[in-house]
Amino acid sequence: MDDPIMVEVKNLHFARGNSEIFRGVDLKIPLGKITAIMGPSGTGKTTLLKLIGGQLVPDQGQILIDGQDVHQLSRRSLFKLRRRMGMLFQSGALFSDLDVFENVAFPLRVHTDLPNAMIRDIVLMKLQAVGLRGARHLMPSELSGGMARRVALARAVALDPDLVLYDEPFVGQDPISMGVLVQLIKKVNLALGLTAIVVSHDIKETLTIADYVYIIADGKVMAHGTPQTLDVNDDAHVKQFVHGEPDGPVPFHYPAPAFFDDILAPAGQLS
Amino acid sequence: MIDRIERLGRATLDVIGAIGRAGLFLVQSIFCLPSREGFYLWIRQMHFVGVMSVAIVLVSGVFIGMVLALQGFTILVEFGADEALGQMVALSLVRELAPVVAALLFAGRAGSALTAEIGLMKATEQLTSMEMIGVDPLRRIVAPRLWAGFVSLPILTVIFGVVGIWGGHLVGVDWLGVYDGSYWSNMQDSVDFVDDVLNGMVKSLVFGLVVTWIAVFQGYDLVPTSEGISRATTRTVVYASLAVLGLDFVLTALMFGDFG
Repeated sequence: MDDPIMVEVKNLHFARGNSEIFRGVDLKIPLGKITAIMGPSGTGKTTLLKLIGGQLVPDQGQILIDGQDVHQLSRRSLFKLRRRMGMLFQSGALFSDLDVFENVAFPLRVHTDLPNAMIRDIVLMKLQAVGLRGARHLMPSELSGGMARRVALARAVALDPDLVLYDEPFVGQDPISMGVLVQLIKKVNLALGLTAIVVSHDIKETLTIADYVYIIADGKVMAHGTPQTLDVNDDAHVKQFVHGEPDGPVPFHYPAPAFFDDILAPAGQLS
Repeated sequence: MIDRIERLGRATLDVIGAIGRAGLFLVQSIFCLPSREGFYLWIRQMHFVGVMSVAIVLVSGVFIGMVLALQGFTILVEFGADEALGQMVALSLVRELAPVVAALLFAGRAGSALTAEIGLMKATEQLTSMEMIGVDPLRRIVAPRLWAGFVSLPILTVIFGVVGIWGGHLVGVDWLGVYDGSYWSNMQDSVDFVDDVLNGMVKSLVFGLVVTWIAVFQGYDLVPTSEGISRATTRTVVYASLAVLGLDFVLTALMFGDFG
């Protein structure tokens, strides 16, 4: 990867209680590209986004965004840096007391002094891009899951950020919404030239839009490369994940005593 | 044995940690610089926290005043002192019942609603998304609510006192036949503005801050699940009520306890 780097994660260690989530993760997110971070459920992909966004503090290691160490910044500087970032949450996380229009207008109202007429035009342009200009008067509770996520996408790019973080954008979507979101993420990335990090375990959809992929498992980067190189990777872990095989290095069964012994255990001994 | 000591130690550390977090939280949110937008947000919360609590305060105030007059009359009349009914009703309300009962009602109505609202915002990631947009939730969500509670409870207390005195008049004068003039003149003679009214106001300012602080902190600090929200809402009402009653004793002792 010779592209300029937007986000760099160096030797990241992070634990929650006794469970170690990251044990020395190194990542480089290239500028202006879509980078996917993939891995089985529970590997801490969302946690990684929260670490990048400065909401969690690592136990060890550094996260640099455009050369600035996120966790060394003051609260004020961190909030300033976040204005250059957009994040699409799994749930959409729309503000429930504001309608669709005001949700998208929110970042513009709090961070710019633009006149109302201009804010209106920008919001309508963003809503047009996600196909929901006609839904601008609806409240978040009146939207379907897919629509909420599209509004959240419009809000995430309202300030034309340099970096957008997508947290599981395809989870729980019907095929049509999924297709729409895949197209939108690609289109927004191309149109605005922004850097995108997509955290997901939907292999097919993610690989169609990603320029570069990291696969994380067991607290480490297991493999990385372009979608084409990962598709032909011989590593058992990578093969199991990329091809969706039910059993392999990641076992189908949760650790348990031998099935035979368990079945023949004395009656009344349930555990 | 060791296990118990360990558990006790852990619980103590948890409590100390929570007090520390709550203190930091208060300092960080109460000193947010006022802005034009912050003013609008505060006005909106004044409506939600204050105006919408007026109905319950009015109704409770009238009933408390009526009960006070009825109970007071039955005792005072035995000593032929029923003329002092106005004094008794006014002093009980202004010094004690208005600040305390208004604060308890406020904890139940506005406090629990604040906790549930902020908690739900946390559970649906609205607070996190606000942070990611570069807006500090302490400034935008917490500070207006904290200030709204701090300002609106003293006003509610005044309303409570006024309608309580009116309720007392309704029962004492209009029903039980205490002389109207003595009801008011005894009240005027005995209620001191600084000693009684201002001290009552000081109490309600303290209660306003403490109840709202507990409510917003419980909402902000809860475990973001449905069970977490329900527990935090209960905790708000319980802790806030106990804090009001405990602080009432301390403040009363400081204000009226000098018998030397």
